[in-house]
Amino acid sequence: MALLQISEPGMSPEPHQRRLAVGIDLGTTNSLVAAVRSSLPEVLEDEHRHALLPSVVAYGNDERITVGAEAAARAIADPHNTIVSVKRFMGRGIDDARRHRTAYRFTDAPGMVRIQTRAGDKSPVEVSSEILKVLRRRAEMSLGGELYGAVITVPAYFDDAQRQATKDAARLAGIEVLRLLNEPTAAAIAYGLDNGTEGRVVVFDLGGGTFDVSVLHLSRGVFEVVATGGDSALGGDDFDRRIVEWALRETGLVQAAEPDPIGSALSAGSLSAADLRAMTVEARRAKEALSDSTLTTFSCPLSDSSAVRLPLARERFDAITADLVSRTITVVRRTLRDARIDATDAGSVVLVGGATRMPATRAAVASFFGRPALSNIDPDRVVAIGAAMQANLLAGNRREGYDWLLLDVIPLSLGLETMGGLVEKIVPRNSTIPVARAQEFTTFRDGQTALAIHVVQGERELVSDCRSLARFELRGIPPMSAGAARIRVSFQVDSDGLLSVTACEQSSGVKASVAVRPSYGLSDDEIANMLQQSFSSASADRDARALREQQVEADRLYEATRSALDVDADLLTESERAVVESLLARLRETRLGTDTDAIRHAVDALARGTEHFASRRMDRAISKALAGRRIDQID
Amino acid sequence: MLLLDKNYFDLLQLPRAFSVDERALEGAYRDLVAAVHPDRFVTDSPEQRRLAMQAATLANEAWRCLRDPASRAAYLCRLEGVSVDSAARAGASAAFLSEQMAWREALDEARLDANRLMLESLQQEVRAARDKAVRDVADLIDARGDFEAAARRVGQLMYIDRFSEQVDEALDDLS
Repeated sequence: MALLQISEPGMSPEPHQRRLAVGIDLGTTNSLVAAVRSSLPEVLEDEHRHALLPSVVAYGNDERITVGAEAAARAIADPHNTIVSVKRFMGRGIDDARRHRTAYRFTDAPGMVRIQTRAGDKSPVEVSSEILKVLRRRAEMSLGGELYGAVITVPAYFDDAQRQATKDAARLAGIEVLRLLNEPTAAAIAYGLDNGTEGRVVVFDLGGGTFDVSVLHLSRGVFEVVATGGDSALGGDDFDRRIVEWALRETGLVQAAEPDPIGSALSAGSLSAADLRAMTVEARRAKEALSDSTLTTFSCPLSDSSAVRLPLARERFDAITADLVSRTITVVRRTLRDARIDATDAGSVVLVGGATRMPATRAAVASFFGRPALSNIDPDRVVAIGAAMQANLLAGNRREGYDWLLLDVIPLSLGLETMGGLVEKIVPRNSTIPVARAQEFTTFRDGQTALAIHVVQGERELVSDCRSLARFELRGIPPMSAGAARIRVSFQVDSDGLLSVTACEQSSGVKASVAVRPSYGLSDDEIANMLQQSFSSASADRDARALREQQVEADRLYEATRSALDVDADLLTESERAVVESLLARLRETRLGTDTDAIRHAVDALARGTEHFASRRMDRAISKALAGRRIDQID
Repeated sequence: MLLLDKNYFDLLQLPRAFSVDERALEGAYRDLVAAVHPDRFVTDSPEQRRLAMQAATLANEAWRCLRDPASRAAYLCRLEGVSVDSAARAGASAAFLSEQMAWREALDEARLDANRLMLESLQQEVRAARDKAVRDVADLIDARGDFEAAARRVGQLMYIDRFSEQVDEALDDLS
């Protein structure tokens, strides 16, 4: 009789066992989590069978944090401590945040804005991580195991700070990000794989707070993004706000000619924060009602026990939001130009995002392209479904007939500030990622030993019109005459669309140091602090968490190395193989203990000891790809 | 890594020439990037993932450089030790400059008058000049191997490309 095999804790007995990976759509209004189960993607529901989790986080007076519908129910009664549409503040400073005319009290903080709540000042990253934690729990309950990782979607037009903030939120929620995936690209995957679509696809994605357009070329299992454009501050929320502004003017709460009705009503005290929230909630309801009928009544009780009651016809709604719709079409036109195609070249047009349910939006898209757009996959769910498919693929569950390649781009040009406040573009928008580009600069004055480097993102020529991403200082340049130094600044954008910059003085061979200070976003120290605060302050808990993180890393590297050896062990000589095996054995042994540092050392040793193996494996992958071609060409 | 010391033509296993078989170029790029893309190495070690990013970055750069005629030609010149920048500075011919001046005036005038017909005829003229420049570059590189002369013509081609974009934008702004 065979003995039962019991594996050591943490070490999976079968390296190829299915890894649990999910796709998460972290939306402005609603968030979803989806997974591929028995080869079909499905959106995971909570215990009440709800798939959409309202992206609302409430900080209660009992120190409880609630997320979702329960939190949304408190939104009107407790507007300052109930955070809605937090995505609009991700990676943003206080000036951007104030532009949204919300009732929040903001704190200016270096980097990102903070929202004042009774639980203290909260960064948008922390608030988002509460939403992600709920989705993670839902997924782990539903799939019955610990998550290996997640693909998290972001608007294609998100800049570097917004992407980094999203990744930080995932880290804070204890989720390993397999990839940040652009929302329209995720939708294209869902449509492409569902319908077997080929050719040019235009994705029109109007969400709660962001707008994206992507032009893709689909052919033989390759999803290639040709161009992307958008507006990361335009979405369904803006249509709601227009209704609120209209109601304030109609009721005479503000002068009809007032350019900023909400701001002036709030500052005049004629509108409380709770009233504004109540009117916003009612505005959304009215907007949604007008997608199905041509007339609704805007009806909202106010805190002074009066009430606003106004009939709102679809025609009127369309008129007060016409400029928002035409802004989307302007972006579409510009994106098609970047893609070098005409409206008639688009094979199919796909609608994504709840806000595309508005008849005026649909009509505008249909009239621009001269044909109705596709919306046969639920526009609220299609992004999560595409993300789940990609997550399943990335986690190593690819197989014959279930395989594709995604080639995405960066949405905004990256550049450096040069003399006179002008921008020198280094990586142009719509470059396929990953991408690297370098440029040489020189000194301006004799004997100059330091150089300030300012990294910006955007399309405009003036630094002041672009978004500041980071400021660097390159120090220790040997004194030379002006123009003699050769400073090479290198940009690398990875597959998540995240940028890293390095600078180095070339002519002297002196490697100068680079100091990074993010202008927006959070520093690593801030993230570490938040991680600690989110757990009990007891040092025992902190140690336990550090140990757990190190164990996860050990398991991942162990498994990755084992899988690599299964396939490519012949790339190592016998003695090399023996060294790797002994490093693996040491990792396995320390992993069983509780010495965090010992595990870290064993992980580092294995990582260093397999560098040459990694390099040979990459060479083999390259040779195989190229050899395959040679045979093709002979045929 | 194998890729790092190869020029882009060797990397994609194409003959080192200005004239390329576009389908072969695209096919070679697709095969290479599919094999090395970071998406294929998500569950691998951090070092393996870093190498994948490096290799895919290189594949993307090769594809970007070779797919566009002007940058492909500039790259071929550079492989021969001829810089397009300095060639362009040294050799701007008077005839080319006066043609540029005339184009620019026409563009400004058409923009000011929102004259679509004028812009469209300018667009045609610029496209014809571009096609001619591409043919000249092909001849200078592939038939004559005259990289100095080719670099001067490539500088002009790049100029025409930039101007052509401005004409297209002006036309878009009218719609």
